[in-house]
Amino acid sequence: MDILLLLMLLLPLGGAALDGIFGRHFPQRLVSVIGCGSSGLAMIFALLAAWTSHLGPDSPAYVHRYFTWVQAGGFHTDFAVYYDRLTLVMTITVTVVAFIIHLYSRGYMEHEGGYYRFFCYLNLFLFMMLLLVTAASYPVMFVGWEGVGLCSYLLIGFYFPKKSASDAGKKAFIVTRIGDAGFTVGVALLFWAFGSVNFAELFPKVGALALGDQERTLTAACLLLFLGAVGKSAQLPLYVWLPDAMEGPTPVSALIHAATMVTAGVYMVARSNVLFVHAPRALETVSAIGCLTAFFAATIALTQNDLKRMLAYSTISQLGYMFVGCGAAVFASGIFHLVTHACFKALLFLGAGSVMHAMSGDLDMRHMGGLRRKMKITFWTFLVATLAISGIPGFAGFFSKDEILAAAYNGLLGKPWIYWLATVTAGLTAFYMFRTLFMTFCGPSRVASELEQHVHESGSKMTIPLVLLAVFSIAAGWLSVPKALGGSEAFDRYLQPVFGASQNLLASSAAEAPHEANELMLMAVSLAAAVLGILIAWWFYLLVPTVPDRLAASFKRLYRVLVNKYYVDEFYNWLVVQPMRVGSEKLLWQSMDDAVIDGAVNGSAEVTADVGGILRRIQSGYIRSYAAWVLLGAVVWMGYLLLR
Amino acid sequence: MIPLSHVLLLSMILFTLGAAGFIIRRNVITVFMCIELMLNAVNLAFIAFAWHRVDLNGQLFVFFVIVVAAAEAAVGLAIIVALYRNRGSLAIDDVDSMKL
Repeated sequence: MDILLLLMLLLPLGGAALDGIFGRHFPQRLVSVIGCGSSGLAMIFALLAAWTSHLGPDSPAYVHRYFTWVQAGGFHTDFAVYYDRLTLVMTITVTVVAFIIHLYSRGYMEHEGGYYRFFCYLNLFLFMMLLLVTAASYPVMFVGWEGVGLCSYLLIGFYFPKKSASDAGKKAFIVTRIGDAGFTVGVALLFWAFGSVNFAELFPKVGALALGDQERTLTAACLLLFLGAVGKSAQLPLYVWLPDAMEGPTPVSALIHAATMVTAGVYMVARSNVLFVHAPRALETVSAIGCLTAFFAATIALTQNDLKRMLAYSTISQLGYMFVGCGAAVFASGIFHLVTHACFKALLFLGAGSVMHAMSGDLDMRHMGGLRRKMKITFWTFLVATLAISGIPGFAGFFSKDEILAAAYNGLLGKPWIYWLATVTAGLTAFYMFRTLFMTFCGPSRVASELEQHVHESGSKMTIPLVLLAVFSIAAGWLSVPKALGGSEAFDRYLQPVFGASQNLLASSAAEAPHEANELMLMAVSLAAAVLGILIAWWFYLLVPTVPDRLAASFKRLYRVLVNKYYVDEFYNWLVVQPMRVGSEKLLWQSMDDAVIDGAVNGSAEVTADVGGILRRIQSGYIRSYAAWVLLGAVVWMGYLLLR
Repeated sequence: MIPLSHVLLLSMILFTLGAAGFIIRRNVITVFMCIELMLNAVNLAFIAFAWHRVDLNGQLFVFFVIVVAAAEAAVGLAIIVALYRNRGSLAIDDVDSMKL
């Protein structure tokens, strides 16, 4: 088992090394064989590990230590894997989606430069992500955390000759750094308070605490850890890097910024559920921020015209949902939404890539329209994904989103305002997703005539992955049908060993009885919101296409605020970026570096030169002055000797 | 008997004259003569002490000084000749090219 996991981790790393070091000389075919092969093998090993792990409901997590990493006094952490049912779910999701996207990239990146570099980074990312989810301690997880951040930077800035791309890469890395700082301090705090950062030691220790013990420490630590998640998973206020990250190639957006890396924050919170449960205020913060982010991003998405940016804001919004789930202590539902979201969001992005290819790189939806006539497969798969994300029954998103909403209303930590805001957001989600679908694929064609003949369905290398993901977008939902509909909630029950103790702890401390509302009724409400959103989108963009423009004209100021994304980027620029630039330039560069340091160094050189200049006048070549000096010296010396 | 102090005074005067001349005079050969004057003044001082203390060592040292003076004069005059041949001048101030 440990060999399987080790192979699962090392094969993508090996693939990255091969493609990175030698890929320049390989033909494209070999590069993709190595790239897709290593990711495919990782997937097979992940599945094999899952199959052979025999993780029963009561079995403890499988922990295997490969070697000691740090041993410094009381601080001890190993390079080890921690494999429980949550890890199983994550590894399978990550490797399957990654493999599908690798296959898609063969078609998408075929005519782009840097083919080998792309697969190298993609494989490296896969290694880092798997390291993150199988880590047995916070430091090892942090290695993976930073590693995926690095790969994100490399891949966003893949087209680095383009300034906006390299800027976006830097922005992503720097903004997530802020979160990482919080994460590090949080881990340090945990070590200081509990003496260990290894899951196998830390979680039992914290789990044994009574509710309320060490609450302030745990709340602080959990909030700091959550800060890391806010950065990595693009929540308020550190979400600004994700829309810009769309500068990267579309498979990157699909893999990293939809399905996997951004979900690392959610995974981390779920993994740390034992800690969070003992700090209810941290959990409340998590769900509050998640909910606000979901709503906020959804409002921005209403007016965006760039296809990928729409999907980026939609990702931020859906991640908010996952955090609402975690914050309401239904961690399994949060993870479930993670899994379903990975499927349909990756599908949406890959579909967008297909559209981008057809539109010769133009992503402005105002220049699209009617594409479904020429791009049938892309259209139908995109439709499936849109239905899934809108929460229509039968498709994946419905079941996962619904569990979260139910917990937000009913659950022990649920709060009605979160439920209502999240439901409104669900309606908005349905609206803007169908707006995207209608503007891109339906209605009359607004495509410029010279591009019209180029519009074509993509090749099978790209469409087969689309179909695969579409199947998953439907099937994944059936993993957990709620009891209200007669299902068995298999997914939740499967993750019971991971989250059960936490939930029991909360249940035992419930002060008041939670709101009891019929789950069917809640389902009906959210379904109504979704359908309403779809109908309004249909009205706005197909029935009476002039409505959006008239609305924008009547509410000009509101429209402008939304289109400019609430001017958040401009605000951050004013608040942080410009002060730093001015400070660096005026203070650190000109005052300190130029004046003080250069001044000291150059100054001492000048002083030395000046003193030398004075001293050299002694050697004047004038013999009589030499003679005089000798005489003077002799007299002084004799005088000293005689008079002492 | 002549008091020792008289002889030493004479020696001092001669030495001072030689030192002053060494610094003041312009002609190289004159400077050399001043150097010889200083050496002889020192010789006189040695003799005076040897006579006063009835110690032959003083006189012996004078021999050494004379030998050194002679050798030094020989070498120095050779240098002066070479210098004159190159520069055509005996002014000590004109030998100033070894300067910074």
